[in-house]
Amino acid sequence: MIEIKNLTKSFGNHKVIDNLNLKIYDKETVVIIGRSGCGKSVLLKHIIGILKPDKGSIYINGEDITKYDEKKLNELRKKFGMLFQGAALFDSLTVEENVAFALSRFTNLSKDEIKARVKEKLALVGLKDVENLKPAELSGGMKKRVGLARALAMNPEIILYDEPTTGLDPIMADVINDLIIDLKKKINVTGIAVTHDMKSAYKIADRIAMMFNGKIIEEGTPEEIQKTKNPIVKQFISGDAKGPIPVIG
Amino acid sequence: MVKIFETIGNSVLKFFTEAGKISILFVKIFYWMFKKPSEWKNIIRQMVIVGVNSFVVITITSLSTGMVLALQTGSALERKISGSALFLGGIVSLSLVRELAPVLAGIIIAGRIGSAIAAEIGTMNVTEQIDALYTMATSPIKYLAVPRFLSCVIMLPVLTIYSNLIGILGGLFISMNIFGVSANTFIEGINFYLSVDDIFKGLFKTLFFGAIIATVGCYKGFETVGGAEGVGKSTTSSVVISSMLILVADYILTAFLW
Repeated sequence: MIEIKNLTKSFGNHKVIDNLNLKIYDKETVVIIGRSGCGKSVLLKHIIGILKPDKGSIYINGEDITKYDEKKLNELRKKFGMLFQGAALFDSLTVEENVAFALSRFTNLSKDEIKARVKEKLALVGLKDVENLKPAELSGGMKKRVGLARALAMNPEIILYDEPTTGLDPIMADVINDLIIDLKKKINVTGIAVTHDMKSAYKIADRIAMMFNGKIIEEGTPEEIQKTKNPIVKQFISGDAKGPIPVIG
Repeated sequence: MVKIFETIGNSVLKFFTEAGKISILFVKIFYWMFKKPSEWKNIIRQMVIVGVNSFVVITITSLSTGMVLALQTGSALERKISGSALFLGGIVSLSLVRELAPVLAGIIIAGRIGSAIAAEIGTMNVTEQIDALYTMATSPIKYLAVPRFLSCVIMLPVLTIYSNLIGILGGLFISMNIFGVSANTFIEGINFYLSVDDIFKGLFKTLFFGAIIATVGCYKGFETVGGAEGVGKSTTSSVVISSMLILVADYILTAFLW
């Protein structure tokens, strides 16, 4: 279980995360929704230990990871997979080298075993015969899928998805949604996704949490969220320009 | 008046902050250099980029420098004392080996490689590839900075040796064809004036230049913010800062070494 307690983080004078609390249970997919720039990605980066909070703690299986040193964090990170917004594939490496990155550095697998694992993970995201391409030769959707294959390479227990459908056409976005649902069924991972794509959120989430002004202001199942009485959540999920959420700022 | 002091104060503060951060990165690079797993594959790739791919530009620069040096000094010498061009071997080789080849190679590599390092790491930074490295339990300093640092520190002296040779050949060509100095006389001049010590001291300086180029390039890359514009700024300032540092370091090292 991941438990985030009183997490606070500021950049300069701007408080991005303000006393945030959230629990994520094993094997569930939680989707954090909120406006662009509200600190959703910053929250993800805290969970994987790239950013250190100003205050608060993050417990993963009972241990506070904000107290971890770099060595312990690196051990922890091997249990994580992360899909970045722009896929963040390494430009200088081929698709195969990208997916095999952690495998070739941290496992004793032979070259053939690594090749087989790469093939398997690429097949899982519906790609084949792309091993020798460079990221620049891939379309946006393919990049995301390769990014997902890379995140899955080490058989992670927890996958973080940063805006998994942003920048994709509606059909490709749905392909990614199906992939995320499939992955959960097939390999039983815990998933944390941040997005502002409500269609995607309803589809992939077991629970949805809405982030606003650095806090989680509401959480519940997709059905509960759809029936919310909270005017802020209501405005966000229906995508209205008018309402309590200021458009500027 | 207060504003002037504020501006000066801010610049001084910024200067020392940057200097401090570059020094910290330098220490971190040393720390990560000896950690496993080794990055030898990556190091060799970088050595090819720094070394092999710079041969053409180093050839052209060194050849023209050697030729111009011989031409300028030769004509100046001959203007006052006829026949004094026979000193050209000594003059050309000394100037090249002790000073020109190391500094020129340094500045060219700062422009060619330092900028590329800053641009590549900067782009990786703004496209979250550096974060991706962290999420895969890999230190960006170990994976990106160490190989670039080692390749610059190893390849810059190699390029300088090559630059020495090509520059002297250029000087020899001009001395023979314009001033009628025989190859023998030219080489005797080198033998007489140039010592092995000069060669080693010249190469010793380039170790520092290589370290400066790689450290500044990586620092600017890691500090990049703000998309394509940020990458452009980092690239430019990495070349400016490393070129300046090379010139300053050159004076200090020369003063200590000779």
